[in-house]
Amino acid sequence: MKNETVIQNQALDELLIELFNKEKELLTTNDIEKVTQHRNEAMASFKQTGFPNSSMEQWRHTDLEDLLDEQFNYQLRPSKADGDIEEMFKCEVHNFNTEIISMLNGWHFSKNGQLHTYPNGMVMGSINAAMKAYPDLFNKYYGEIADYTSNGFVSINTALAQDGVFIWVPDGVEVEKTMQIIKMIDLEENLFVQSRNLIILGENSKLSLMHCDDSINQATSLINTVTEVYVGKGAKLEVYKLQNLNDNSALINSTFIKQEADSNVRTNTLTFNCGLIRNNIHVRLDGSGAHADVLGLYLMDKEQHVDNQIRIDHNVAQCTSNELFKGILDDEASAVFNGYIHVARDAQKTNAYQNNKNILLKPTATINTMPFLEIYADDVKCSHGATVGQLDQEAMFYIRQRGVSEANARLLLMYAFAADIIENISIEPLRERIDTMVKKRLRGELSICEKCVLHCGAPEKEYHFDIDYSKI
Amino acid sequence: MLLNIKNLHVEIDGKEIIRGLNLGVNYGEVHAIMGPNGSGKSTLAAAITGKEGYEITKGEIWYKEKDIMEMPPEERANEGIFLSFQYPVEIPGVSMANFMRTAINSQREFRGQPPIPAGELLKLIEEKKRLVDIHDKLTNRSVNEGFSGGEKKKNEIFQMALLDPTLGILDETDSGLDIDALKVVARGVNQLRSDNNAFVIITHYQRLLEYIQPDFVHVLFDGQIVKSGGKSLAFELEAKGYEWIKEEKLV
Ligand SMILES: Nc1ncnc2c1ncn2[C@@H]1O[C@H](COP(=O)(O)OP(=O)(O)OP(=O)(O)O)[C@@H](O)[C@H]1O
Ligand SMILES: [Mg+2]
Repeated sequence: MKNETVIQNQALDELLIELFNKEKELLTTNDIEKVTQHRNEAMASFKQTGFPNSSMEQWRHTDLEDLLDEQFNYQLRPSKADGDIEEMFKCEVHNFNTEIISMLNGWHFSKNGQLHTYPNGMVMGSINAAMKAYPDLFNKYYGEIADYTSNGFVSINTALAQDGVFIWVPDGVEVEKTMQIIKMIDLEENLFVQSRNLIILGENSKLSLMHCDDSINQATSLINTVTEVYVGKGAKLEVYKLQNLNDNSALINSTFIKQEADSNVRTNTLTFNCGLIRNNIHVRLDGSGAHADVLGLYLMDKEQHVDNQIRIDHNVAQCTSNELFKGILDDEASAVFNGYIHVARDAQKTNAYQNNKNILLKPTATINTMPFLEIYADDVKCSHGATVGQLDQEAMFYIRQRGVSEANARLLLMYAFAADIIENISIEPLRERIDTMVKKRLRGELSICEKCVLHCGAPEKEYHFDIDYSKI
Repeated sequence: MLLNIKNLHVEIDGKEIIRGLNLGVNYGEVHAIMGPNGSGKSTLAAAITGKEGYEITKGEIWYKEKDIMEMPPEERANEGIFLSFQYPVEIPGVSMANFMRTAINSQREFRGQPPIPAGELLKLIEEKKRLVDIHDKLTNRSVNEGFSGGEKKKNEIFQMALLDPTLGILDETDSGLDIDALKVVARGVNQLRSDNNAFVIITHYQRLLEYIQPDFVHVLFDGQIVKSGGKSLAFELEAKGYEWIKEEKLV
């Protein structure tokens, strides 16, 4: 292992710049020319900006200093896969038929080759392998929307990323099964991972995708993911991001989505556990009739921190967007929500809704919420709002008066608060699974040690408070 | 005696609302409590059910020969005290069916019983739904959310019927009800009524008492029960208002 990693003994940004210069040959082994070009430009940009710091407006409430002072290992080659790794990724969700693509410590891991073409025409696998196989797609799409000029994490990812997931759904292909990306971190030492994904949906295609980030031990990791998503005319995409990492880990997640006419995208970011999470989601509505649902739920406690930066660009007329993020914060947890909707001058008949709702369970928990609209068109319907509150005391008493314990009454109300985000999950077995996870998380029983969050390998506990939406 | 309240004093935010109240309720009895707005009727109900912020500064509340003043609200509920709220609370995101299942199972757990089997619960819900004439769709909705005023009150009686309490306190359950709904509420109470339970019915109108025969009628005035009598007292109050009691009290 040691000869595959670099032990840090200087400032992280300097080290990465040095690494880039020293290992350039290795980094570009599989590149097509365009990707190498992006690497060079992105590195030039990173040299200028370095990592973000809290003097920057967009990072004002998320302090990275301690994190970036950590010593990290950097895996330039994949870890050797041993026997039980496959077991680790096995998904045991009942009735939930997914096609799994696994990443271990940032590297694609599969028995069935690096890139797989399915009978329906869909291609899924390692981005590394895809580059040479589909140079036209990479020339057209790679690095086109993941702007690295203003964000040090995107630039360093563009410069250094060696692996990640590639999915291409050709025109007209409707993928029935849910695709599941499981990214697992399992290393005893601290690890810095760059992960790069490219997802392309052709015209009138359809895909639902689950993207799970998990750690299975308590070591510190810094995962820096950049995902570019292109959604063609009339295409339909659902993305569920499940974030369940240990308290020592940080996840920097930058997702860029470009939507063509009449396309429909729903992203649902479910943050269950992690020391520090930053979700940048940038949606461009570039074709009329496009619709985006950008949803999220965060359940944080201890000293965890989550920062959701959502930007939606209404670039053309007649697009709609619906943004709803809900959070429950306990202990000294902190959250940031920054919702920015930009409506261009010609984007008439825009309909944009944005809301952020929070419950603070303790006075020590904090939220900074900044909904923001910038509108240059005149015929638009936009609304935004944010609420911060406690659990409704009248409702608490009402529930307890029926015999329900205080602890369960709290759970019931917290769960009810999260309900509309869960109800929005259209894949039923997944909804049930996430429903269980939310209940477990609210009860403090969701463990990152259960391997993948969806494994739920721990024996199921009896629930005295048993609420689901099945009709009785 | 099922409920025995002695010289009760209750303060809210340091302001004394109940000022030396005595009330005894035996098994099998129905007591009506009437009194002008702001006289402390809901405060009394809150003190009996253990709502936070209602500070008992003096006096005693005995229920089933137990001092319940230190009991948390859920324990009092599990001991069989049910309050039909004057203003039922809306709880978005919690479906009626799940709410009642959680409540019933909590109470069963308290009594050392296993959770109710799904089939049994279904039957029970169907039966009680018919009793209070409640729409199917209401039980699939979130608790009280978007219910009309009358539906909310019927829903309280529906819950009471499901939980089958030993002491049912109805705080103005009849206010805002049309005559049919009023009969439904009365039917609910009359069907539950037995020698093993008791009801305290807070109301402004003797109309409800035509359908639910009270054994006693009390007048709560300025934090005290100032007059008690039989059913005829309710007629008198409705005819003459509370002025004469005020005067009587001043004498
Ligand atoms: N939370 C509170 N804070 C302060 N004062 C309160 C509070 N709740 C009740 N009160 C006061 O206590 C008094 C009694 O109120 P209560 O609700 O018990 O009256 P009530 O007899 O039920 O009246 P109504 O017939 O209008 O329902 C009123 O003066 C009311 O303003
Ligand atoms: Mg009242």
